[in-house]
Amino acid sequence: MARAAAGGLIRRRLVLTIGAFGLAAAAVCLLAPLVGSTPIRLRRVFDGSIPFAENPDAQIFFIARLPRALAGALVGAALAASGVVFQALLRNPLATPFTLGVSAGAALGAMLVITFPLQIALGGVSAVPVASFAGSLGAGGPRNTRGTAGGGAGWPQGERGGGGEQYALILFIQYIADFSQTYRTVRWLMGDLDVSGYVPILAALPFTVAAFVAFAFLPRALNLLALGPDHAAAHGVDVQRTQRLAFFSASLATGAAVSLGGPVGFIGIVVPHLVRLMVGADHRLVLPASALFGAAFLVLCDVGARSLLAPMELPVGILTAMVGGPFFLWLLIRKS
Amino acid sequence: MVAHPEELTALRGVCRADLEVRRDAGGLSPRADSGAKAPLSSCCVGVIAAVWLAACGAQPPAARDARRSGPATSPATASAPAARAEGAPPRGPQRIISLVPAVTEMLYAIGAGPRVVGVSSFDTYPPDVLALPKVGGLIDPDLERIITLRPDLVIVSESHTDLRAQLAGAGLSMFPHALGDLANVTRTIRALGVSTGLEPQADAVARAIDSRLDAVRSRVAGRPRPPTLLVFSRAPDALRDVFVSGGVGFLHDLLELSGGANVFGGIQREGLQATSEMMLSAAPAVIIELRYGRAITAADAERDRAAWSALSAVPAVRFGRVHVLVGDELVVPGPRVADTAERMARLLHPDAFR
Repeated sequence: MARAAAGGLIRRRLVLTIGAFGLAAAAVCLLAPLVGSTPIRLRRVFDGSIPFAENPDAQIFFIARLPRALAGALVGAALAASGVVFQALLRNPLATPFTLGVSAGAALGAMLVITFPLQIALGGVSAVPVASFAGSLGAGGPRNTRGTAGGGAGWPQGERGGGGEQYALILFIQYIADFSQTYRTVRWLMGDLDVSGYVPILAALPFTVAAFVAFAFLPRALNLLALGPDHAAAHGVDVQRTQRLAFFSASLATGAAVSLGGPVGFIGIVVPHLVRLMVGADHRLVLPASALFGAAFLVLCDVGARSLLAPMELPVGILTAMVGGPFFLWLLIRKS
Repeated sequence: MVAHPEELTALRGVCRADLEVRRDAGGLSPRADSGAKAPLSSCCVGVIAAVWLAACGAQPPAARDARRSGPATSPATASAPAARAEGAPPRGPQRIISLVPAVTEMLYAIGAGPRVVGVSSFDTYPPDVLALPKVGGLIDPDLERIITLRPDLVIVSESHTDLRAQLAGAGLSMFPHALGDLANVTRTIRALGVSTGLEPQADAVARAIDSRLDAVRSRVAGRPRPPTLLVFSRAPDALRDVFVSGGVGFLHDLLELSGGANVFGGIQREGLQATSEMMLSAAPAVIIELRYGRAITAADAERDRAAWSALSAVPAVRFGRVHVLVGDELVVPGPRVADTAERMARLLHPDAFR
């Protein structure tokens, strides 16, 4: 009886939370395309009598701004949700795709394909998301086996500061690439959501959707895992399977996000912690709310990135780092 | 393999140069007091490096030959054949290393090619340089190889700050080169003429370039200047990471001289990243894309052109005025700038060249 009432309560809170965060995210995504370095007239944007090929206002809206907002939403949601999952999985509030080196692995995979144009387009779809997913798995893989070999439930809790090998390899690739490629990869590592079209978004979408479907099965198990693997096992959670699912899906989401927007940093730490301050620690609320808040947060950061220095632009990763860096330090000090 | 005795000598000379600045190559012979004066550790490092260099066979044969004919005999032996034939005393530096590809081209253009004994790892033109020892690039100049080649003039970039201090410490003469505007090309050629004692030749080359540039300028004079986007780097298959010329630098100057109006000419930077929104709102009537580096086929160039169809509202795309220029010389502010100006002008004003 009490259990059913609690279930009803959480369902109400879930609806309320998702409703509120969803509204905020939708509003930001709808308003973001209205902001930009060029004034455009909305009446002309939606004027069907002008052919699209001759309508710069419509092209600015539909080719430059809308894909950018959508890419920002997708990348922000994926990175924030991955952050939540990694933090629960490793029981470390500082774990993020960025600090674990999963971003770096994804970036390495993507950069290999960008620098050495292996024309292995899979049925017209770019090889970048695939390479970047492989890279993100490769970065976390050794940890995965190390963790599960020692008795199944022994994920290292204190692990952080990963990605050293990946960064070394990234530097190596930059060193041997030619000058203009190096210039571009350096820029790419700062994060860039100017995807100029929907094809890159569509390429990353299946991976993101698959990851989010997996995320939907995780919250209850993550709640129990947060209290410790033994506790979770005692409550009937298949710890090893959950850990694997969480790890693979979070890597998949990170890979998709990095292939689309570059390794944008700090989303995975700023967003989950802010969301926890608002809705508490229950992953059934934190996970969806973080995804929505992450989408809104990155789209907002990108609006800042393209208007602060107009007519020039600031790489969005610089902005998220300027917000996230001090936040990360604050968490670190508070924790210790 | 054993280290060549001269290599060891040269490197001990470097160690000593930490303490004293000397300009004459002859002064590199060992002196009794050198061991006492030089810090032992740096000497050891130098000797080990020399042995390693020799053991790895890192020096191409040309370098070794050049070294043997160099300071062991009188400097005149290594001078340009022309000077020897006339029996005139050699003027200016005779063993030049250039770390700047643009300046390497200038040296060959003014007839100092035979005096070049080493070039940067990025040098590919003229083809003669492919056989020369490579001494690193902008971020990784190889000080030891430079010194081992015993240059009497080293062309460095202004941004080689560490290398310049080290070369100054070794007592080597330098010719610092800074990237600049288009006028800087002929200015540098003339300055190079003064430094190498080839003033008349340098002056002739500079005047020839100037007159070709003037010819292009007068060809397009009075014609309407199409707003033009000049792209110098971007991702191969998509309109991402597009870097374009701003209103500063020789690329901008070349575009304006060839009769185009740079759409980002108002931004006081050499290069900037152009987002799709910026390109759509700039609405260029012509897009010129520069491609260089690896071998680029006609099919590659065609794919590059096709990628622009995504921005069909840009007039240049709608009216088929997207052009891809291919060539390494396009981004080298050297003697071939006039070729680039002519190619750009033909694209911008085809009527003027009928």
